[in-house]
Amino acid sequence: MTPGSYVVEVIVENKPLARDPEGETIHRNLILKGGYNQVTGVRAGKLLRMNVEANSPEDARSLVRKLSDDLRIYNPAAHTIQVRIVG
Amino acid sequence: MGKVAVIQYPGSNCDLDALEILRDVVKTRTSLVWHKDLQRDDYDAYVLPGGFSYGDYLRAGAIAATSPSLRIVKEAAESGKPVLGICNGFQILVEAGLLPGAVLRNSTLRFACTWTRLRVETTRTPFTSEAQKGQVLAIPIAHNEGRYYLDKEQISELERSQQIVFRYVDEKKEATEDANPNGSIDNIAGVCNQKGNVMGLMPHPERASIPVLSLGSQTDGRVIFDSVMRTLHGPGA
Repeated sequence: MTPGSYVVEVIVENKPLARDPEGETIHRNLILKGGYNQVTGVRAGKLLRMNVEANSPEDARSLVRKLSDDLRIYNPAAHTIQVRIVG
Repeated sequence: MGKVAVIQYPGSNCDLDALEILRDVVKTRTSLVWHKDLQRDDYDAYVLPGGFSYGDYLRAGAIAATSPSLRIVKEAAESGKPVLGICNGFQILVEAGLLPGAVLRNSTLRFACTWTRLRVETTRTPFTSEAQKGQVLAIPIAHNEGRYYLDKEQISELERSQQIVFRYVDEKKEATEDANPNGSIDNIAGVCNQKGNVMGLMPHPERASIPVLSLGSQTDGRVIFDSVMRTLHGPGA
């Protein structure tokens, strides 16, 4: 248990089957045109970085996961999220 | 006599258009109500108009969906009252969980402002009861986030339960890719809840309800407002 301030990131992106035209355009018109053919796909998303007071990194992560569900930080019909501690 | 509330959110900009059509064209008692002033379920029908809300930060409609007004709208919906969401209003209803799915950024990555043809897929809602199934309405769209999305298997469920209300179609009344202005799954332009009393659509029927504003002077959008007026006032209205 390490009470303190943690930095937690939420990454929201479209579900794999929901098309992501922004990622597709970045891939096609910037990355492939720029000659980086090793890059075979791009997904664009949204990043929220939150500063959280908690008793442990796991508590901070759980809190952010809970608020993401409760407050619909993402729409589960179309999006997936990843919640991770970065600091 | 039925009373309709047009709820204003910070950023609504089609509220006065909806008011004009409801009050002056189809002659229904209608009030503009600031979302924070809606205290109780005092009305017989609710319209969430188009425009923006709270900058549409996070996602279009996501923050307005947490307004206390939505609790009241939800209660009204549960009691069977008609609730209509147009454009941003549709996005708010989806984000508040009153309608299924999600409304994502247009596949073109461009703001789409154009006339579309909508095929009426069901007349079971209080907003399409005066239309004919298969009828095509010319109604404009104006949005950046209008791509309706739901997983494929849930789309079949929606189809089975007659919750798909409008599809974008071409001049032959077919739901083709070219007729789809924003990449919506299965060309869906509007949906309703299971009961049918809550409906949302991306196109703007209030912009196609008086001849001076409409393409070719038609008033195809009016049928949606006429339908709700008949629902509120009975068949003799």
